[in-house]
Amino acid sequence: MNKRWTDFQNSSDYRFVPYIMAGDPCEEATIELSLALEECGAAALELGVPYSDPLADGPVIQRAGMRGLKQKMNLEKTIKLVSKLRERGLKIPVIIFTYYNLLLQLGENRFMTLAEENGVDGLLVPDLPYEESYYLKEMCSAHHLALISLVAPTTNKEKLSKLSKEADGFLYCISSLGVTGIRSEFRDGLNDFLRTAKEDSAVPVLVGFGLSQRDQIEQFEGTSDGFIIGSAIVKKIESLENELITNREEAIGTFKQYIESLLPVYTR
Amino acid sequence: MSAAIVPDHRGRYGNFGGKYVPETIMFALEELEKSFEEALHDEEFQKQFQHELAVYSGRPTPLTFAERLTEVNGGAKIYLKREDLNHTGAHKINNAIGQALLAVRMGKKKIIAETGAGQHGVAAATVAAKYGLSCKVYMGKEDIRRQALNVFRMKLLGAEVIEVTSGSQTLKDATNEAIREWVASVEDTFYLIGSAVGPHPYPKMVKNFQQVIGLETMDQFVQMSDGNLPDAVIACVGGGSNAIGMFAPFIHKDVPLFGVEAAGKGVETNEHAATLSKGTNGVIHGSLTKLLQTEEGQITEPYSISAGLDYPGIGPEHAYLHETGRVRYDAVTDQESLEALESLCLNEGILCALESAHALAYSLKLAKNMKKDEAVVVCLSGRGDKDVHTLMEKVEGGNQYE
Repeated sequence: MNKRWTDFQNSSDYRFVPYIMAGDPCEEATIELSLALEECGAAALELGVPYSDPLADGPVIQRAGMRGLKQKMNLEKTIKLVSKLRERGLKIPVIIFTYYNLLLQLGENRFMTLAEENGVDGLLVPDLPYEESYYLKEMCSAHHLALISLVAPTTNKEKLSKLSKEADGFLYCISSLGVTGIRSEFRDGLNDFLRTAKEDSAVPVLVGFGLSQRDQIEQFEGTSDGFIIGSAIVKKIESLENELITNREEAIGTFKQYIESLLPVYTR
Repeated sequence: MSAAIVPDHRGRYGNFGGKYVPETIMFALEELEKSFEEALHDEEFQKQFQHELAVYSGRPTPLTFAERLTEVNGGAKIYLKREDLNHTGAHKINNAIGQALLAVRMGKKKIIAETGAGQHGVAAATVAAKYGLSCKVYMGKEDIRRQALNVFRMKLLGAEVIEVTSGSQTLKDATNEAIREWVASVEDTFYLIGSAVGPHPYPKMVKNFQQVIGLETMDQFVQMSDGNLPDAVIACVGGGSNAIGMFAPFIHKDVPLFGVEAAGKGVETNEHAATLSKGTNGVIHGSLTKLLQTEEGQITEPYSISAGLDYPGIGPEHAYLHETGRVRYDAVTDQESLEALESLCLNEGILCALESAHALAYSLKLAKNMKKDEAVVVCLSGRGDKDVHTLMEKVEGGNQYE
């Protein structure tokens, strides 16, 4: 693991990992939003790639994908965007969040080479379950990339334990059934699920899907090492779409205020 | 001829197939696979399935010799496997009955389904009514507009039709949305998929419930031809469920098989649904197969006059049979299928579905170059009542009902 991952894993903070869509609403905005998120305390960044058929995503991220597609953003450009982020000073791990078909068309080997060249730290493929990921995981480790594993409340105990032990980067615990999106409540037993995951995991255990408010985040502090927020942030970006293009400095200011209002005090 | 047993334990047909789905529904696929394999070896279940096919759907469907059509066309004799005579008017009901019985066996009370033109939606709504299940059908906004009659039929049958406004608002997006809904409600919901597509074990299961088409055909043909097999078997392919069901018992026999895709306005144009002719390897709806996509991997919208063939992917077993060369796949245009449909109407008094007309058009071309004592069998997958509106526009050039 590289230094960015070591720093991430050794941190004693309750880790905040945001998700944004590359190219939403334009490439330069993605760069400035990423830097703003790091300034607000993000411990790592998930960078989504626009896709025509995102079957694990709810309406908010689907719309972001459509905006990204209009900008002609694609997987290769998203990877190259990471090196621009590095030039502009981004120090946190960056994880490319892409559907498997995009990866197949670019070519898994080419992805590995490009990712290494451009300062990418990890890969997350929401439609590639553990059972189909063997070769990709081997390739990722050969290229010093973390293939992020997802576990769900429906994952059985045996598999949960196996995935937790083998996890790289961090373990992504899906909070609830269904696609990405904002939720008002979480299922019973979620804390037990997180505790079980933590028992076996050598890497930080993060909870994601549905989180949108400070009090929701706070309720998982005792049972997880961090949290992922996607749709709520993407929705804010959507509301600032025009300003992020025409009056970016002010829009980034508004965005940072929003992020600060969202985060528990101790993550900042 | 291919000797490998497919799919393997991972649901692979050579390189194709597999399970490319979010982790959340992996347990449901395992549960489904286990229940399906149990049902497959349970005589009671099989008996019940055959019984329902007989008394509810009206099976066996006949194998009809198209005497006048053969005469007009010249060459080999043309036989029609009459899936159009099933309850609800197409082969779709075979699979819907099978999956609904399995849902009941698994104790699931809710089913969800996707539909393009509405044929599978109607079949799903029908079996839901019959077996007392609740039913939600996902349908693209654009298709709801084009297929108002089927939407109404589904509602009459007690189903809830859910309008899909994501993406291009057609079958591909309706399927995405049904999968999304399944991810959310996976603990008590059965996803009744309509074609031989999707993650393992769906392609295998749908083939199993559709193979009755081929099994009956083989029996019927053998009986009337002193033990001989047909010289060619032809079926249309969208997702590929009627074709895989028809081909199933013939795959390991020495019979040439032909799958017919939709060439729309021509495979050289951008408006076609010829997945095997023009597609490349990729993942769609949980399966690695051939699909129509851009170089970067964005899935493109197919086109065909026939809504049932208008799908950018294809069942993984067809991708495999194409690669091994066991089945020959070709494409037929809108125009050719319309001409075949009209000819069947005029010479046989049968109005078939536009999907089936693609298989028929290809059969006519094939038969013409064969000998008089040879015979081809075409799967007439559905009846054409649903297409009358489209046909009026095309044949009479009018649009008086728009």
